[in-house]
Amino acid sequence: ERGHGPYQPHEPGYGLDQPEYSPYDDQIPDPKARMLAIQNAKAYLLKTSTTSGLNLYDHLANVLTKILDEQPTNTVDIIENISKDVKWARFQKKMDTLRDEYEILPTFEAAEKCKALFIKETGEEGVIEEEIGQSPLPNVMETAFYFEQAGIGLSKDESYYIFLALKNLTSVQPIQTCRFWGKILGLEMNYIIAEVQLREGEEEEEAGEEVPEEEGKGMDEVEELEREEKEKDEPPKSTYKPPPDIPKEANGTGANKYVYFVCNEPGKPWVKLPPVTPAQIVCARKIKKFFTGRLDAPVVSFPPFPGNEANYLRAQIARISAGTHVSPTGFYQFPEEEDEEEGGDTYEENPEFEPPSVAEMVDSLSTWAHHVKSILKQGRCVWINPQKLEGKNEDEEEEEEEEEEEMDEQQEETGPPLLTLLSEDEGIKGIPAWTAQHSTDLIPQHSVAIIQSNRWPGAYAFASGRKFDNIYFGWGHKYSPENYTPVLPPPVQEEYPSGPAITEAKDPTLEEELAFKAAQEALAADEEEEEEEQEEDD
Amino acid sequence: MEARSLPAALALVAGGGGVGLSPEKRAALGLSLPLLQRDYRFERVWFWGCVQGVRGAYYIAEGLRPDRAAPRIRLYSLNCLDWSLLTPATKEMVAQAEQLKGRFQGDPSFEYNFAEINPQAAEKLFESGKEPVIKEESRLIATIEQIDRAVGIVPRGAFVKTPLGPVHENRHFEGLSLVEAKKLSSYFHFTEPVNLKNKTLLEKANLDPSTDFLDSLEHDIPQGSWSVQLEKGGAVVVLRSLLWLGLTFYHVPMTKQYGYIYFGTGEKNMDLPFML
Repeated sequence: ERGHGPYQPHEPGYGLDQPEYSPYDDQIPDPKARMLAIQNAKAYLLKTSTTSGLNLYDHLANVLTKILDEQPTNTVDIIENISKDVKWARFQKKMDTLRDEYEILPTFEAAEKCKALFIKETGEEGVIEEEIGQSPLPNVMETAFYFEQAGIGLSKDESYYIFLALKNLTSVQPIQTCRFWGKILGLEMNYIIAEVQLREGEEEEEAGEEVPEEEGKGMDEVEELEREEKEKDEPPKSTYKPPPDIPKEANGTGANKYVYFVCNEPGKPWVKLPPVTPAQIVCARKIKKFFTGRLDAPVVSFPPFPGNEANYLRAQIARISAGTHVSPTGFYQFPEEEDEEEGGDTYEENPEFEPPSVAEMVDSLSTWAHHVKSILKQGRCVWINPQKLEGKNEDEEEEEEEEEEEMDEQQEETGPPLLTLLSEDEGIKGIPAWTAQHSTDLIPQHSVAIIQSNRWPGAYAFASGRKFDNIYFGWGHKYSPENYTPVLPPPVQEEYPSGPAITEAKDPTLEEELAFKAAQEALAADEEEEEEEQEEDD
Repeated sequence: MEARSLPAALALVAGGGGVGLSPEKRAALGLSLPLLQRDYRFERVWFWGCVQGVRGAYYIAEGLRPDRAAPRIRLYSLNCLDWSLLTPATKEMVAQAEQLKGRFQGDPSFEYNFAEINPQAAEKLFESGKEPVIKEESRLIATIEQIDRAVGIVPRGAFVKTPLGPVHENRHFEGLSLVEAKKLSSYFHFTEPVNLKNKTLLEKANLDPSTDFLDSLEHDIPQGSWSVQLEKGGAVVVLRSLLWLGLTFYHVPMTKQYGYIYFGTGEKNMDLPFML
């Protein structure tokens, strides 16, 4: 009530009770006084409150601004609420001591890792200069350029990151030759794969894996003996002996000719893939699974895959390499001393190679040849007779002769020899195995010959003069026009061979038994008679 | 994907698949797509992708009218320069094309003979007076329609539906945040919704009718048929369809850049349930 200032002219304090200003004056009061009154009023409004630090002037200005901005309906009815809201908003801000934490996005971490790739080693500059001539590092950017002419490849940035990542790999591992094999996509992450040949003498890791196996075998034998002694009432053990494991090929030959390193993204550490075993290749042919991107993920499938995703990846890499790595015919040749009957595994560059023109390379597929040995059905490149393996086994509980009779004689498997021409590749259902095309029709002088595989979609090769390369970008599966049918489970095993000794026969009926008894008695009676007769004779 | 952002977008998509466009094709597209827009009076032109045949490839472009949800007009080309109009797909075409298996040949006038594939269907066709052949062009039309309907996706909020019906791009779309971008529910199929009506009332109450008028990817069958990957630590989110191998969708979070493109053989991956 009292306390708010003079608003109306009749109230004291407004200034009209002063001399010169009476409410009955018709004259306009002195403008200076009016201005003074206005200033007084404004000064009053600007007085800050002692309790909240706000002043009325600003508060009214905010309220009116808010009303004009939002233009609610029936403003006059909710004016008090609006005023309260404005005050409330101010209140919150002042008391808020929380601040937004600056988000460290994973983007920045990844950028850090990639940046590490760009760091140049400052320590061994002198050594690097000497070795530049023999560097195993491939020129990834050059290969990327040729593939780009055909529209295949990664973005330039990513190619460069891979280039640097390979450089890291060559500096860390003792590598003789190195090549960017390609990229396989996965569900959660992708794989970048490098094909590498290690310098000789770097294979000590393999021995470590075999030793624990032998110890394991020893333990089993001891345990078996103990068990046999203790419990002889156990049911008879099965006489089933699984066929022997076909041994994997030695490192450096056949399917294990190259060692593969993978990483998920350039900047992440390279992981070496284990060598591939024939069992894994045989199983990989029967299943079709997406890669998840984690090397330790289990592969759940039927038939059960012997290994985890790292082994499955390695098996698919082996199959793709065997099926799609090609080079211009004549680039590689057999060295003359090799005996071809052994299925020469080695080849060397032909110094007298004359590259055919690009047009020839596109028109006919006989200008291309495989330079990786194909994998036989057994899962190896060189056939091995499983029967010979039997003889080497130490656990011979059965006689060897029986087993050799039971096992069918296995035919020696042969595959197409090394350096077969592409024109002999079989197509699938009318589609040729390879499609060849020029990279550009408009500028034939600088065009590059590109072939893509139809059996392994994603495998490409280019050739231009003396330069050529292979690469793979894809999901890692073979093409099949029919839908995938999973392998059926094997038929139920027979427990024992049926024969007359164990076949059930019908129980004899009462009449048959009586007849049998009568017959027996008759026989016995006959014999007695004979004996009696003999006795009588005597 | 949007024709104007094609070069930048291709760099983001190239991370997978490997197949892309050669510099020659890219240059050709940069010229011919604006000309298409002029000739057909499209508001927008999208480069849909490329279907690889055994002997050649088809490059597909789509033109959009002011109502983005209207059926898109499709054109194909063998060399990225000369474009031919494709007729809209009919249900018969789609049904017939579903029976064809194997790669595309690369020749639009190639005829598939039904008698070899499905004698019963061939007889039916004979009776109805049509020849039991199907041209590769029809197969192409049907395949593109299937792919678009099944796996053509856009981020949530990118398109907004006006009360009158037509669908427009949302000018206030600032991009999905990183957290949202990892979820499948933030992406919609850009076709007539199928599952929307089946949602419970509670779910429908939470939907915003202007932006949530399409099916999201959450309930796609089979589950897991999309592979979501964050490349470069989250700078780009890439979705790849596992049902139609070769369809890649990219989006840069917190920006307006997104798009999808198809580079593949045009075959459905029927082995998907075995491969997961």
